[in-house]
Amino acid sequence: MSDWSRAVGTRPVEDHATTVGTATGNRGLQIEEKLIFEQDSPGRCGVDLVDPLPFRTRLGGLERQGRIGLPGLSEPQIVRHFTRLSQKNYAIDSGLYPLGSCTMKHNPRLNEKLARLPGLADIHPLQPVSTVPGALALIDTLAHWLKTLTGMPAIALSPGAGAHGELCGMMSICAALEARGERRSRVLVPESAHGTNPATAAACGYAVDSVSSNPRGRVDIGALRTKLDTDVAALMLTNPNTCGLFEDEILEIAAAVHAVGAFFYCDGANFNAIVGRVRPADLGIDCMHLNLHKTFSTPHGGGGPGSGPVALAASLAPYAPLPWQARGPDGPGLVEHKEGDAQQSIGRLKGFHGQMGMFVRALAYMMSHGADGLRQVAEDAVLNANYLRVRLESDLSLSFPGPCMHEVLFDDRFLTGTGITTLDFAKALIDEGYHPMTMYFPLVVHGALLIEPTETESKASLDEFVETLKVLAAKARFGETTFFHGAPHYTPRRRLDETAAARKLVLRWCAEPVNQQAEE
Amino acid sequence: MRYLPLTDRDRSEMLAAIGVDSVDALFADVPSAARLEGLVDLPKAKGELEVERAITEMAARNIAAGSVPFFIGGGVYRHHIPATVDHLIQRGEFLTSYTPYQPEISQGTLQYLFEFQTQVAVLTGMEVANASLYDGATACVEAVMMANRLTRRRKAVLSGGTHPHYREVCETYARFVGFELAALDPALGDAEDLTELVGPDISCVVVQNPDFFGEIRDYSDLARACHDVGALLVVVVTEILSLGAIRPPGEMGADIVAAEGQSLGNALNFGGPHLGLFASRDKYVRQMPGRLAGQTIDADGRRGWVLTLSTREQHIRRERATSNICTNSGLCALAFTIHLGLLGETGLTRLARLNHATAVGLAERLERIPDVQLLNRAFFNEIALRLPRPAAAVVDALAEKGVLAGIPVSRLYPNRVELAEVLLVAATEMVTTTDLDRFERELKDVLS
Repeated sequence: MSDWSRAVGTRPVEDHATTVGTATGNRGLQIEEKLIFEQDSPGRCGVDLVDPLPFRTRLGGLERQGRIGLPGLSEPQIVRHFTRLSQKNYAIDSGLYPLGSCTMKHNPRLNEKLARLPGLADIHPLQPVSTVPGALALIDTLAHWLKTLTGMPAIALSPGAGAHGELCGMMSICAALEARGERRSRVLVPESAHGTNPATAAACGYAVDSVSSNPRGRVDIGALRTKLDTDVAALMLTNPNTCGLFEDEILEIAAAVHAVGAFFYCDGANFNAIVGRVRPADLGIDCMHLNLHKTFSTPHGGGGPGSGPVALAASLAPYAPLPWQARGPDGPGLVEHKEGDAQQSIGRLKGFHGQMGMFVRALAYMMSHGADGLRQVAEDAVLNANYLRVRLESDLSLSFPGPCMHEVLFDDRFLTGTGITTLDFAKALIDEGYHPMTMYFPLVVHGALLIEPTETESKASLDEFVETLKVLAAKARFGETTFFHGAPHYTPRRRLDETAAARKLVLRWCAEPVNQQAEE
Repeated sequence: MRYLPLTDRDRSEMLAAIGVDSVDALFADVPSAARLEGLVDLPKAKGELEVERAITEMAARNIAAGSVPFFIGGGVYRHHIPATVDHLIQRGEFLTSYTPYQPEISQGTLQYLFEFQTQVAVLTGMEVANASLYDGATACVEAVMMANRLTRRRKAVLSGGTHPHYREVCETYARFVGFELAALDPALGDAEDLTELVGPDISCVVVQNPDFFGEIRDYSDLARACHDVGALLVVVVTEILSLGAIRPPGEMGADIVAAEGQSLGNALNFGGPHLGLFASRDKYVRQMPGRLAGQTIDADGRRGWVLTLSTREQHIRRERATSNICTNSGLCALAFTIHLGLLGETGLTRLARLNHATAVGLAERLERIPDVQLLNRAFFNEIALRLPRPAAAVVDALAEKGVLAGIPVSRLYPNRVELAEVLLVAATEMVTTTDLDRFERELKDVLS
């Protein structure tokens, strides 16, 4: 037995396969798959369509000329192609996905089924309002649930994702300030914030002023106070923050922000930690986006679609983007133009009425849990993260002592002197069958490893994860440097050269240059 | 609760391991004034059956497009989605994975994004495309902001033929992001001369093809006029299927194409989620918003894919990013890729032809109704008609008769009296000859 395995009392699993080559390059279930463009056979088609009856073209002479350049594949080829591609992906369905601040929880399939009901998926956003009362009732119900959970009086549903919700919030704040005849120039953003926060503030023309953290991983309220003045439009704060900590001085922070007439924007990416237990309105928050694809379980889909409703205090509600949900004598309706109460609206942020498909899924999720289940979600998410914290704090280096919320932050002090980086450690975790935690974020600690297990992991799953991390930490301590530097070993691809990708950009497939000699 | 694996016994053991008496101790950092002691005032947990029943009841109160003759478009089109599409996108490995930050275990997502980018580029006739944006409207405003960055100018001209929602999104961003927008009044036919407005202070001209009223035009002259003064031409496409039949923006000289990709692979969904397509010239790629999948090699020299040029993006660049976008429309892009993969060159061309044939059939039937005037000279699968009376009332009357007849333009432009009688009607491959006959008959009846 090696040093590290004696240390953790584990016998390493013998590996006999690493040197075996195959004729195809395939390795069992890992099958090499060409691009669809490399499987083209001109004229082949995966859809059978009738030919139209003879007709007189009315394209005004703008007919497309020549080949488009799309490959021809049959249905079985397409099914196989995408099935093989899917097998090269890690997913929540395959295992623990502890990506901090991303809330990779189980995605219930009931929600998928309901979002596909013809009465919800096969309705057009511009069909007469009188033909979609059920859709409007669903949106109204969703709004009611989200308003109740946040304690806020208004909710803007149209933003397409979290960052779009931030934009919605900051534009609303800007409009509210303009209505007061004020034009402020700065937005305060703690250094632990998601990158979208400063990017959003900058997009709205604000200068971004960074606020430092205190040694406890929270906003340094002293530093905050020195930066707060009547030129500050808003503070954008994530709570619980990206160190997995609740901002325990949040009421004082809110009071200080309000004292200079600024608005308190909260990034609700981490709402999962407090849903059903804390209402953001009770924390003095004026505006907060919710990621339905995080707390409310709508699938991340490999990077979207998301949905980023924004809960608004009464002071910001008049500026909410169009459309508004309205209640008429005949039930829920829509306000689609700047008219009546909506005259001060910032206007439209996106086509149509928002991410209806996500609304259906999120509502099904909330109804399934109910008030009791949602509170349990927050409690179990926090319990799971704290369990990982205590089980791992002697092996990894915990950044901030004491209880965390739904995610726990470690840094790379435990790797000091090993020649192994956070990246190496994360890549080794991939070989063990896990998706890595969030790496190098937040920026407030060195070599961050941010772990968010979510409430949908069992204790057994957490215990296995802990044992794996303990073994890896021991391997690192005992100097298995080569192992880490080479990881991952068992994936469809080993480490990919990102520098080369950025230096010599290949962003699309192109046909091989024609061999002129062969042509002639 | 069926989604929560922890048992009470697990919870007790875990609390003991943590060294606290109750879970409340873990929430000790929450100020006591803000702690909710009881439950929020919402219903309690429900079983799958009860939730399904409640939501199915809501769904049943809507008139689904598939249950009636249906002619609504206006930037969202009802097409047939092969069963394969929805089956494949629901594979858990696609559905339940995150943005592909760990490329070694995300090659599936990255490879299809690379295929998607290629499809979008060839379809639009452009050199490079990104991995999607939220929808066509946000893609349009991102195109304007990209043109502003590239030209270092801050005034855009927007054609009156641009979808009103796209225009309104541009107006919202213009006000808060801080650029000037010269948005022209909605115009039918030849009423608009954009070349006259092109000048050295203009960053870009935005046109839509086919435009909101269904009209197709050649914008090659406008592209030249833009380029002569260092401005860019942005072409918006809200019906991406049209590019299976008509000349793509790239061939007309477009610099940026912002499009809605819903038509391929994605359902109506009451307006979302949809799929923003974004393509441009190679030389502008470093100012593009959104994610890009790029080809590279791994440690063993094998071809693979990664997200690239992330130094443009918010998670690296923070307040200096080209856009604040993070999550995009990954799964909708997958649906698009699969549907277009199935169609291929032959299928796309044929489907586009079928749409055009159906729309021609529709136009021929409706323009022979007395007092109904077809306003298009050239169109793809959507037409504008001037009716002898306000279109909104006609649409409502037809809905009563079980025909979803199109969009009264007044719904989008309520204050423009000159458009009150204009009706937008789309006909895709989903429309049968019986539907066309029925529409003609019922419209005649309503107008008589």
